Amino acid sequence: MKLTGAQILMKMLKEEGVDTIFGFPGGVVIDIYDELAKTDIRHILVRHEQGAVHAADGYARAGGKVGVCLVTSGPGATNTVTGIACAYMDSIPLVIFTGQVPTQLIGNDAFQEVDIVGITRPCTKHNYLVKRTEDLARIVKEAFIIAASGRPGPVLIDIPKDVSSTIITYKAPKKIELKSYKPTYSPNMKQLQRAVKLIKNAKKPIIFAGGGVVLSKGSKELTELAHKTRIPVTCSLMGLGVFPGTDPLWLGMIGMHGTYRANMCSGDCDLIIAVGVRFDDRVTGKTDTFAPNAKIVHIDIDPTSIRKNIPVAVPVVGDCKITLGLLNKLLDKEDLGDLKKKRKKWLDQIEKWKSTTPLAYKQKNIIKPQYVVEKLYELTKGSAIITTEVGQNQMWAAQYYHFNKPNHFITSGGLGVMGFGLPAAIGAQIACPKKLVVDIAGDGSIQMNIQEMATAEQYGLPVKIVILNNQYLGMVRQWQELFYGKRYSGTVMEHAPDFVKLAEAYGAVGLRATKPEEVEPVLIKGLSSHRTVIMDFAVEREECVYPMVPAGAPITEMLLA
Amino acid sequence: MTEQKHILSILVDNQPGVLSRIAGLFSGRGYNIESLSVAETTDPLVSRITLVTKANAPVVEQIMKQLHKLINVIKVHELTGSSYVQREMALIKVQARPEHRAEILRIVDIFRCKVVDVGQGHYTLEVTGDEGKMDAILNLLKPIGIKEIAKTGIIALFREPK
Repeated sequence: MKLTGAQILMKMLKEEGVDTIFGFPGGVVIDIYDELAKTDIRHILVRHEQGAVHAADGYARAGGKVGVCLVTSGPGATNTVTGIACAYMDSIPLVIFTGQVPTQLIGNDAFQEVDIVGITRPCTKHNYLVKRTEDLARIVKEAFIIAASGRPGPVLIDIPKDVSSTIITYKAPKKIELKSYKPTYSPNMKQLQRAVKLIKNAKKPIIFAGGGVVLSKGSKELTELAHKTRIPVTCSLMGLGVFPGTDPLWLGMIGMHGTYRANMCSGDCDLIIAVGVRFDDRVTGKTDTFAPNAKIVHIDIDPTSIRKNIPVAVPVVGDCKITLGLLNKLLDKEDLGDLKKKRKKWLDQIEKWKSTTPLAYKQKNIIKPQYVVEKLYELTKGSAIITTEVGQNQMWAAQYYHFNKPNHFITSGGLGVMGFGLPAAIGAQIACPKKLVVDIAGDGSIQMNIQEMATAEQYGLPVKIVILNNQYLGMVRQWQELFYGKRYSGTVMEHAPDFVKLAEAYGAVGLRATKPEEVEPVLIKGLSSHRTVIMDFAVEREECVYPMVPAGAPITEMLLA
Repeated sequence: MTEQKHILSILVDNQPGVLSRIAGLFSGRGYNIESLSVAETTDPLVSRITLVTKANAPVVEQIMKQLHKLINVIKVHELTGSSYVQREMALIKVQARPEHRAEILRIVDIFRCKVVDVGQGHYTLEVTGDEGKMDAILNLLKPIGIKEIAKTGIIALFREPK
C-alpha cells in the first residue's frame, strides 16, 4: 500500500483510538492537516498553542485517555513548552506532534526552525525526531505506549515536512518491544508483608494519597483500605477526589495550605501509608522535621519518587491500584483486632483538632472568595468538574470544594501554571460533554489564556468561569503582606478588562456580583445557562489563604489567620 | 554524609541525542560528572558509557534510578564497591631538553608507557593505567615540563569470577 507520511500518521491515530486533536496549523504541517480533514477525528482549533496542550491535558485528566496535540514548527512548537512541562510534572499522558522544517534544512536556521526535541528533552517523558517516513508508524506506536504506561507523561514527536509528504510502501509495524522500558506494575510481596505488619502495630496511622492513585484508577481500593483499617486519609493537591471529601475519615488536604488537622496528623502520626505521592516541598515543608515520629510505607510506580526527598521504611514499587488491591487482600487474612476501640484515641484527637481549628472565614458585607467556592459546591452538589488557575483561587477551590470522586479536580499542581484552567476546562468539557465544568479563576491568571474564550465559543462548549476578582496577583500579594512588609511590588492589577463586556465580546454570557447577596443568584443563573459563561465576583481584596505554612518551615507550624 | 567517587557503567541505545539526555539529566538535577567516556560496543545498536560522579549514597541511588528512567538507557551498573578493572589513557607532550631525555625515557620504562612521537624539543608519551598511576607519572613529569596533555575518562568493567 502506497501512503504518504501524513496518511500513515492518520492511520496510526485511528488505530490508537484518537477521536480529538487540539491544534493550530502552520506551514510545515499543512500536509498533515490536509489528511486530518479527511478523517472523522475532531480537530479543536485553539487560539494559542499553549492552550492546545492544556486543553489536551484537561481532556486526558477528565476522560482518562491520552491527549493529542498538533502544532507547527518554530514558534508553534516553543509555545507548547509550558503545557508540556506542566503535563510532565503532573504525569499526564499526552502525545504532541510538532512540525519541523524539511530534513535537508535541519540545522540551517531555516524559517520557523527550532530544535524542539532539544528544548523539550528535560520536560518530556521521551521525544523523537522522525528522520524517515519508514520510521513514523513505529514511533507513533511507541509514543502512545510510553505516554500512557508506567508513570504517564508527555511524549513529543517532531515530524519534518518531507517526512509527512513522502510516499512510501506502508508496512504495518511489528509488535513494539521496548527492551529498555519495562515499568514495574506488580509490587514485591515481601515488602507488602512488612507494610501489613506496620499497619497492624500502628497506633496513630494515616494514609496519604496523591495523583498516582488518580492515574492508576485506584480510588476504590484506597477507600476500601481506609475503611477496612479505619485509617484517616489526607491527600496532596493532586490526589483530591480519590477519597470522598465527605467521609468521616477524611482529613482534608495536607501541606502549605492544608487543613490544621491534616498537618498536625503528619507531625503526630506513627505510620504514613503514602500512595502515589512524591513528597513535594509544598507537602513536606522543612523535610527534616516532616513526620518525625512516623515510619513511612511508600507505594509508587516510579522508583525515583521513593527516597528522593524523605527517608522511607518500606519502599514498594508498583502500580497503586494493583498494590492497594493486594494489600487489601493481605489485610483480609489478618486479625486487625477491635479497630473501633483501637483507633478511638487517635480519631478523637483528630476530631478535636478539627473542631478547635476548622477551615473558616467570616462572610460580612464584602464577598469572601471562600463563600463563592462554598456556594458553588452547594449548588453543584459537588458533582462538577473543577479546573483551576494557579494561586489563591486554586487553594480556595481545593479547600472549600469537597471532591467525592477522582478526575473531578483538574489543576496544575507541579508546575503551577497560571492560565491553565480555561483551556483545561475546554478539554475536560470535550472529554465529558454531559458534565458541568467550572474553571475557578483569579483575575490575574484568567488573562493569561483568555483568548481560549473564542475556542469555547467556536465549539459551543458551555464551560463556566468563576473569577474571584481581587484586582491583585493575590498569592504573591499574600506573601508580600506576610513576609515582605506589605510592599506590593508588581502585584497590583487594578487595570483589567470589564470581564462581563469581554465575555459578551466573545459571544459568551457575562455576569457580575459585587455584593454577598448577589453571589447565589449569579451562580444559579450562570450555572443553569447552556452557554459559555464568565461570572465575575468582586471579592475582598486582601483576603489571605489560611492555614499557611511559611516556605521552609515545618508543616505543623501554621499561620492560622 | 560524605561524598565519594562512584563509577557507573551504563549501556544505552546507540542513537543521536542519547548522550545529551544523560548529560542533561546530570546538569538539570545538579549532579556532577567527573569524567565520561562513550563508545559503541560489539553490538552496533548499543553504546557503553562509563561515567564517574562524586556524590553521597542517597544521591547515587537517585542518580541510578533517574538514569534507569530514561527510555534509551538499557542497563545501569555501579562498579564501585565490587571487583572491577579500570583504566584511563593519557597522551602527554613533555618538554625534552637534551639533559632530560634520559630521565624521561627511564620514567617511560618504569611506568611501562610508550613514546609515540618525538620532536626537536618534545616527546609525546602514551600512558595507560589507573588513576594512581596517572597521578604518579604526572607528578614526576611536571618538574620536567608538560607542554600539553589529553586524557580519556575512566573506562571500567567488572571482573569475572575466577
